[in-house]
Amino acid sequence: MRSLAVYLKNYKKESILAPFFKFLEVIFDLLVPVVIARIIDIGIAGNNRSFILRNFFLLILMAAAGLTVSITAQYFAAKASVGFAAQLRQAVFDHVQSFSYTELDQVGTPTLITRLTNDINQVQNGLNMGLRLLLRSPFIVLGSMVMAFTINLRCALIFVVAIPLLFLVVFVIMYLSIPLFRKVQSRLDRVTALTRENLTGVRVIRAFCREKESVEEFDACNQELTRLNEFVGKLSALLNPVTYVLINIATVVLIGTAGIQVNLGSMQQGQAVALYNYMAQMIVELIKLASLIITLNKAAACAGRVADILKVAPSMHYEEKTEASPETDCVVSFDHVTFSYPDTGAPSLSDISFSVRQGQSVGIIGSTGSGKSTLVNLIARFYDATSGSVQIDGQDIRKFSRSDLRRKVGVVPQKAALFRGTIRDNLKWGNEAASDRELWQALSMAQAKEVVEQKAGQLDHMIEQNGKNLSGGQRQRLTIARALVKQPEILILDDSASALDFATDAALRKALSTLKGRTTSFLVSQRAASIRQCDLILVLDDGCLAGKGTHQELVDSCETYREIFFSQFPEERISYERSNSRTPASEKSKEVTL
Amino acid sequence: MKNSETNTGSSMTVLKKVLRFIGRYRFLLILSILLASASVLLQLYVPVLFGHAIDEIIGTGQVNFPRMWGYLRQILILVLISGCASWIMNLINNRMTFYTVRDIRAKAIRHIQHLPLSWLDTQSTGDIISRVIADADILSDGLLLGFTQLFSGIVTIIGTLVFMLSKNVLITVLVIVLTPLSFFVAKFISTHTFQMFQKQSDARGRQTSLIEEMIGNQKIVQAFGYENKASQRFRQINEELQSTSLKAVFYSSLTNPCTRFVNNIIYAAVALVGAFLIPGGGLTVGGLSVMLAYANQYMKPFNDISSVVTELQNALACASRIFALLEEKPESPDGTELLTDVKGNVELDQVSFRYVPDRPLIENFCLQAAPGKRIAIVGPTGCGKTTFINLLMRFYDVDSGTISVDGKEISSLSRHSLRKSYGMVLQDTWIKAGTVRENIIIGKPDASDDEVIQAAKLSHSWEFIRRLPEGLDTKISESSLSQGQKQLLCITRVMLCLPPMLILDEATSSIDTRTEMLIQEAFDRLMQGRTSFIVAHRLSTIRNADEILVMKDGSIIEQGTHEQLMKKGGFYHTLYNSQFIQTSP
Repeated sequence: MRSLAVYLKNYKKESILAPFFKFLEVIFDLLVPVVIARIIDIGIAGNNRSFILRNFFLLILMAAAGLTVSITAQYFAAKASVGFAAQLRQAVFDHVQSFSYTELDQVGTPTLITRLTNDINQVQNGLNMGLRLLLRSPFIVLGSMVMAFTINLRCALIFVVAIPLLFLVVFVIMYLSIPLFRKVQSRLDRVTALTRENLTGVRVIRAFCREKESVEEFDACNQELTRLNEFVGKLSALLNPVTYVLINIATVVLIGTAGIQVNLGSMQQGQAVALYNYMAQMIVELIKLASLIITLNKAAACAGRVADILKVAPSMHYEEKTEASPETDCVVSFDHVTFSYPDTGAPSLSDISFSVRQGQSVGIIGSTGSGKSTLVNLIARFYDATSGSVQIDGQDIRKFSRSDLRRKVGVVPQKAALFRGTIRDNLKWGNEAASDRELWQALSMAQAKEVVEQKAGQLDHMIEQNGKNLSGGQRQRLTIARALVKQPEILILDDSASALDFATDAALRKALSTLKGRTTSFLVSQRAASIRQCDLILVLDDGCLAGKGTHQELVDSCETYREIFFSQFPEERISYERSNSRTPASEKSKEVTL
Repeated sequence: MKNSETNTGSSMTVLKKVLRFIGRYRFLLILSILLASASVLLQLYVPVLFGHAIDEIIGTGQVNFPRMWGYLRQILILVLISGCASWIMNLINNRMTFYTVRDIRAKAIRHIQHLPLSWLDTQSTGDIISRVIADADILSDGLLLGFTQLFSGIVTIIGTLVFMLSKNVLITVLVIVLTPLSFFVAKFISTHTFQMFQKQSDARGRQTSLIEEMIGNQKIVQAFGYENKASQRFRQINEELQSTSLKAVFYSSLTNPCTRFVNNIIYAAVALVGAFLIPGGGLTVGGLSVMLAYANQYMKPFNDISSVVTELQNALACASRIFALLEEKPESPDGTELLTDVKGNVELDQVSFRYVPDRPLIENFCLQAAPGKRIAIVGPTGCGKTTFINLLMRFYDVDSGTISVDGKEISSLSRHSLRKSYGMVLQDTWIKAGTVRENIIIGKPDASDDEVIQAAKLSHSWEFIRRLPEGLDTKISESSLSQGQKQLLCITRVMLCLPPMLILDEATSSIDTRTEMLIQEAFDRLMQGRTSFIVAHRLSTIRNADEILVMKDGSIIEQGTHEQLMKKGGFYHTLYNSQFIQTSP
């Protein structure tokens, strides 16, 4: 958490001045009872009207001065805390931009979003409150005690006893209840989760007639929450009454002592009133201080979480400049590549080797979890291979600069994500300089021309956040167009035609095949139909390369591929089995003839 | 806000409903209000006694000890009583609010079980959750505590006035005349900062959506090398937020110093007037100290009351949202007839159904499924396939026409009896937070481990369950399994129950084709002799159905076996062939 202090550096002046002016305000507050005491002891006792009037104006003056310094303090506190939060937010955002997929997986995007929004806001509030109030309350409490000493030693000793006692009560109660509040929160989360389950699972619950059990489970959790809430409530219910009683006992003792002191002549009546006022002021501040500490505690926890994000170091490093690559027509090659995600035991890809020549189309097929997406993620260097090497243009992928690599490789991810803005803005993600003509070309190749033509404003049509105003298929086609605008040398389609119907999918593949020659494409799919025309098909099975070759070669040689293919093309199985049974038969007949 | 119809007129009815709801805690509420008044009055009276005690301390040798100690003794007793009163009040308030929340939630969850799916489907889950959780909290906190606070605030104001008047009329009038000043100051500031807050929340909203977009899709940002651009865009909005925030935070933080300033002026004025009055005998020194203390406190209840009023309004708005949920019409009454020894003869006669009255979805749908038949339903998205399933399970009631099972109309059957006869696997998998076992035995809570494992093996989920760290006892949640694994678990649930009829709505859509084939075999065995309804996107999975219904726009346009339909060369033929289109190399 201390590491965040650097973001306060530009606001050093403000963060010192804010508490300083607050301190001045406290001094004015503390002087008020003194002035009142003098009015009583000198003005009233001596019936000195001009003295009283003068002191009245002094009070007004002090109030005005108090207002000025306090406004100044608020300003500096606001400036420091808001500025700090803005700098911190920018720093975290920029830091996240340097993360690789590994860190993103590790931290998780929902967490990052909460850190950037909610947590930093909490830190800002905490800092603002802290700068303003953290010093005020202790100043007043301790200041009251100091002022008491200037009035009367005996009476001041009562403060010395009362203050720590009150502190103790307030802090014991808070110390005991804060962890309990956390527990309450987790119970509440459970109740929330059950409510959600009852809603999202309503069909299953009703289909299996589990209504009664669901309600029973909910009731148990609900009761548990209520019980804990009441228990915590019992504890915090003590705070106000106990402090109230304590402070009044202290005041009773104070007035009693003051009586004795006045009787002895070591003090005057007005001073007794002043002491009484100090005691009253103190309790208010003590309670404020307690709630302030809760806020600060929360803010500190948030600050800790934000600092944790900043501590995550990006694990991937790029070269400044791409090293010159040797002459080769081999665009992508994998050399005994093994990859495992961090913190998982079994590798997701093991010992994969293949090479692809320029202009080839490569199909990647395999069952869910077989490592298809992982493989293409390595081509884009979203992850680094655990062992072995991935090469582009005959050069190790780690020797490329970040921008060169991004320019070479265009990816259409599984999740079709679009951004708020016009269709043009979205398409230009790949290439800022693309002309409208190039955009339309890409759109028509991605079978998205009609989609855009139907929209009001065409390229200027506004897309909502996450492309909510488009259907799944439309989104997918636009994301394909976005990658095509980039005119990448290597194009990766990661199962990105799944929402398209078969006819559009076919048309898309046909259009893409015209790219051949310049563009090397990788097609990940579950559909055998989508990849059977590819120049090279890679068959993955549980992270291993079960086969590579053309469709016909694989049907003949690869068991896994056959299973996948025939599960989707049952007719072909029949004809295959027929021809297969014929082949041995003809071989047999050959033997016979020999 | 969805329920903007909550106007002042209906807020009375809402209040009445709330009062009826907390009826059983009425006694506690009254007790709490009484205790609050008692402790407030005592707390107000204590400074008066301190004033008396101070008045006994006149000067050297002029202290009347017996009377001073007498007052102090009284103070001690009253303070203890007041402390106890407010402690008991706190306990009562706790019980009242927590129990009310509990009751509301318990009632809500029961009501949800009986709400028609046609209604639930149109609601956002988050909205209902926030009613059951957040709104219930605000209701109980705001309303019940609001009551006691409002009451004790009023008691404080009246009490203070009475005590002050008993001391000195002039100063009291002074305080009453001057206090509204600080009110106006606070009001002035809050109306002028409102706009700044709006600007701030507007900027913050835009920043949040940028964060959600960029960070949420960080992988794409990186894939397109958009990092610098993203940083730039962020910086722009961040700077804008900084300047609007600074204004909002600063100006709103003026409220406290300004009202404190006004209070200090009042304080000084009271001191001045009081000091002038004392020599004439209009006031004592102790009286002045009481007046000063009151002048300081007098503002507080006003501020409290104004915040309580906003809280109460807020609470009433929440209450109306909760009641809207609790009063939502439950589904049609349950039938009483039971299905026993189900044969599986399902008949639909002239069935019509619409979500929206003016948009026909299913019209005059007729179908007869003989026992043991395998019926497949295909068609483009939005043609009513899933709606058909919803009608079979009686998740939705038909608008007209009848559905019957074994000759019994399903509206006359008990829902449980009907639904127990079906085993259902949906495309939308649902996993309960809990162990794997708990998830599987949903339909058969008393199943033995052997049975569970057997079912898991049949549905090919055993392979991944076996590899989980704690097997069947592994805790899982929606996010801890892949879509395919979740679907396998849902299939296992049904495999365990072996119900007489089956509904599979895209049950294998997320499972790869190889595993699907294996499961298909298991289903084939399971479906033997069971009437089953299958909706599938992959046409290969339904080829061997006894009857294929091709649906389009809510009605059946073709009907027959795969071979018949292919021969016919109609819609099905086109649909089937489109998946094998080849690209010419």
